[in-house]
Amino acid sequence: MTARVFVPRDSGALSMGAETVAAAIRDEARRRGAALDVVRTGSRGMYWLEPLVEVEAGGRRTAYGPVAAADVAGLFDAGFLAGGEHALGHGPVEAIPYFANQERVTFARVGVIDPHSLDDYLDTGGFKGLENALGLSGPEIVETVTESGLRGRGGAAFPTGIKWKTAIDAPSDVKYVVANADEGDSGTFSDRMVMEGDPFMLIEGMIIAGLAIDAREGYIYLRSEYPHAHETLRRAIATAYDYAYLGDDILGSRRAFHLEVRLGAGAYICGEETALLESLEGKRGMIRPRPPLPAVSGLWGRPTILNNVITLASVPLIFQKGADFYRDYGMGRSRGTLPFQVSGNIRRGGLVEKAFGLTLGELLYDFGGGSRTGRPIRAVQVGGPLGAYIPESLFDTPLDYEAFSGIRAMLGHGGAVAFDDTVDMARMARFAMEFCAEESCGKCTPCRIGSTRGVEVIDRIRADAHRGENLRLLGDLTDLMLYGSLCGLGGLIPYPVVSALKHFPEDFGAEDVKELNLPF
Amino acid sequence: MPASDPDTQLSDVALKLVDATVETLRDRRGALLPILHEIQAEMGCVPEAVIPVVAERLNLTRAEVYGVVTFYADFRTEPLGRKVVHVCQAESCQALGSDALGASAKAHLGVDFEGTTEDGAFTLRKVYCLGNCALSPSVMIGGEVHGRVTPDSIGKLIDAGRTAP
Repeated sequence: MTARVFVPRDSGALSMGAETVAAAIRDEARRRGAALDVVRTGSRGMYWLEPLVEVEAGGRRTAYGPVAAADVAGLFDAGFLAGGEHALGHGPVEAIPYFANQERVTFARVGVIDPHSLDDYLDTGGFKGLENALGLSGPEIVETVTESGLRGRGGAAFPTGIKWKTAIDAPSDVKYVVANADEGDSGTFSDRMVMEGDPFMLIEGMIIAGLAIDAREGYIYLRSEYPHAHETLRRAIATAYDYAYLGDDILGSRRAFHLEVRLGAGAYICGEETALLESLEGKRGMIRPRPPLPAVSGLWGRPTILNNVITLASVPLIFQKGADFYRDYGMGRSRGTLPFQVSGNIRRGGLVEKAFGLTLGELLYDFGGGSRTGRPIRAVQVGGPLGAYIPESLFDTPLDYEAFSGIRAMLGHGGAVAFDDTVDMARMARFAMEFCAEESCGKCTPCRIGSTRGVEVIDRIRADAHRGENLRLLGDLTDLMLYGSLCGLGGLIPYPVVSALKHFPEDFGAEDVKELNLPF
Repeated sequence: MPASDPDTQLSDVALKLVDATVETLRDRRGALLPILHEIQAEMGCVPEAVIPVVAERLNLTRAEVYGVVTFYADFRTEPLGRKVVHVCQAESCQALGSDALGASAKAHLGVDFEGTTEDGAFTLRKVYCLGNCALSPSVMIGGEVHGRVTPDSIGKLIDAGRTAP
């Protein structure tokens, strides 16, 4: 019997040499006359073990990692094709605590199947949701999404059903569905993992969104930094056309949906939905004032469903297993699961899909294993470059949208970046302003000018030049940016700055932060 | 304006390439970004002389095309080195010493960020996030991402990139 060996082609695994390992396994098998198929998969998200090689034996998959090409001969010697013991062995992959303690709902297939294989997708429940949705009216589809409690996973956490309802109610004979795949936040990579590991799931979600509002065209706006995701999506879209999941007559239903990937060009601001639409239209990524909302007047002025990759990728399951199945996960108003991503200075960096409600500390220590350097974790930035820095005293906060709002932080896209006690938080605050200055689209003054002034003010504080005055000035400036900016870049950059100042005043040489008139 | 306008100093070969690219992609809505990506892939950059040609073909103003070319970090009007070394400087990589990595890359190549080596082999650039945060710090050399890079290993990776295809 031909053994099956699984080696990820996820770009994280590739960054640790997975391609060389796959080649070494094929070569060694040829040398030994062993019959085996090397199946390329996405990643399980246990990145500290990449390249994580899995072998199918005895009805289960045994994990070995991190495997280097030089380990391959030894693995053959140890009989890894039959699940034999080896120093790099971890036993059955699904029993590894990091993995076993997750709730892999949206990510059930990622790292398991061959992302290019339509058969793999169909064998694991793929396109069942679409088949069910084809039997529903547009309003019924929207109703199901509303019932599931799904909220936008890009960061804003807006109820998806309400967004879709707005788009369905907006009169127009042409509507669009757009996936925001401009995953620019540092510390986030769940969109990438889905696109590289389970692209049909995103495609299926977008088709269902199209059916809901009778949109016949969709775009995936993908950041150019993700070439592997681009290739995987293009192949998957071509396959979906070949088998009539896309095109003028979806599965014989006489409903049409066409889908295309468009590449960004290295602009963080294009992750903001209105800047993304401008960019898709071939223009500079300048944000548009809202209203009108994209759901009313979006791409080329037409009603547009614009959702994050994970939001859309969550949709097929809701139609396969029902709104209740999804809603039963989670806490409070945060329903379902979120694929958290833990990174930065962390021992076990990776993807942790859990129902809302586990605490930040559990994510950092139980999953992440503490800092990689072995020093205490001092600060964690949650929610990307626009998210707050959180001190250890708040690590018991549950990962839930409302609980995070309660501590003046945001969950965002679910990324948590850890820093040990060598971090200089005044420097991180300066970086936030510098990043904002670099990435500002320039449309509004608070963001365009405020970010540059912010860098200067923090430089003066750090140089102890009129520190007291400049600290008060920074308070005023963040207040102005928070309330005066047109979009979430200038409007949220005060979060990392103010949280750094509030929770780590000693790094700014600030004595009494209460005097500073901080906006929160 | 006609393509023979003195402002455009494109060779006939380049002009043909630009025309062919525009012709292939112009029917797609919002075609400008895909066209610029394609031109850059073929020519290594979007030379200034291309801007009026593309503008004329798409019935846009030069300012509109110039605005787009200069807005996005990916597009440039001058060619870069044969390979680009991108050193990630976003938060996750900062947490594990991307500063030292940047310094090491600068010392190894003898250029600052945005600089190109004299032999034209490499351009050094910073990038904000390669999506490889769980394996920080990361660099990308000629399109290949490397995780958990150290100030010592970055030089070897760059040298290996010099000879790799």
